[in-house]
Amino acid sequence: MAKPYWNPYAAGIGLGLTLLLAYVVLGTGLGASGAITRLSVAAAHAVAPAAVERDAILGPYVAAGSPLVHYLVTMFAGTLVGGFLSAFAAGRTRLTIERGPTAGPGLRLALALAGGALAGLGARFALGCTSGQALSGGAMLQTGSFVFTGACFAAAFAVAPLVRKEWR
Amino acid sequence: MNLYAHDLLDAPIGLALALLLGLGFGFWLERAGFGSSRKLTAIFYLRDFAVLKVMFSAMVTAALGLQALAAVGLVDLGSLYVPATVVWPQLVGGLLFGVGFVAGGWCPGTAAVGLASGRLDALVFLLGAAAGSLAFAGLAPGLDDFLHAGACDVGSLPERLGVSGPIGAAALLAVALLAFVGATLVERIMVRRNPA
Repeated sequence: MAKPYWNPYAAGIGLGLTLLLAYVVLGTGLGASGAITRLSVAAAHAVAPAAVERDAILGPYVAAGSPLVHYLVTMFAGTLVGGFLSAFAAGRTRLTIERGPTAGPGLRLALALAGGALAGLGARFALGCTSGQALSGGAMLQTGSFVFTGACFAAAFAVAPLVRKEWR
Repeated sequence: MNLYAHDLLDAPIGLALALLLGLGFGFWLERAGFGSSRKLTAIFYLRDFAVLKVMFSAMVTAALGLQALAAVGLVDLGSLYVPATVVWPQLVGGLLFGVGFVAGGWCPGTAAVGLASGRLDALVFLLGAAAGSLAFAGLAPGLDDFLHAGACDVGSLPERLGVSGPIGAAALLAVALLAFVGATLVERIMVRRNPA
């Protein structure tokens, strides 16, 4: 039986203290999309080395060396492990395709793929995602972080009725 | 006094400390319930505002903490890395990201926690995010002007408005408290109208 989630304000304060510690120790906030960028470039490089090395956007990532020696990638690995430890301790690990009661797994996975692609692209435009831009930049009161966060939630609320069947 | 200022983020010490901070990041996201895509998206149907409560609590905690540590001289805010403000691509990027969030059910950090919890839709979301990130390389060369549109030398909103950092953090706290009250009221109304 899965244990209940923690109080959102308490979890938020814990998350905020982790973010504060990251700023004090690392000198930068928390991030997630940067790791995906570096790992995806490494995967593309394994498939088409010459084309990726020539590319104006992707080439510099290859030149910077293995993604495994980038702090955002080790942070992402930590996020996976921390998430697993918490989920396991609370009895919340379960192999499943999470979706609303009337949504099929095919629809859910197709929208997960398309949504992931839009989020991955959007994070590149915005120089970060909900972690690096909204949360970390927001804590430093950055104008661009508030622009990103506002646009993100406005778009999500606007589109939510179209994908209601997926969730409710 | 921090690793970024000494260019040590990708040195072994930086890699190890980033891993440890990532552990904390993943732990708190999962404790909050963000290893569940249905819980994450429930805010967009006004059913559960945990996303707003957790994000605002975390942002305000860190913002007040940073201003307090700076005030007593323990942190030099100028030595910290902050993402650049480039208004127009961040507006468009935010719109794309928001559609991806509600359709895909995750953001990159929570998808990592979802994957660690066994959610296959999180794995597929991450594969999509990798593809979307690569697709940017195909679009960016033709969008050079747009990608620099609205670039600001001063990114700090309080500085742009001519107020101090602590005033800015206090204003963020005030906005957050108002949002908490509003979210709690909406949750109560929705539960009364449509119990389940």
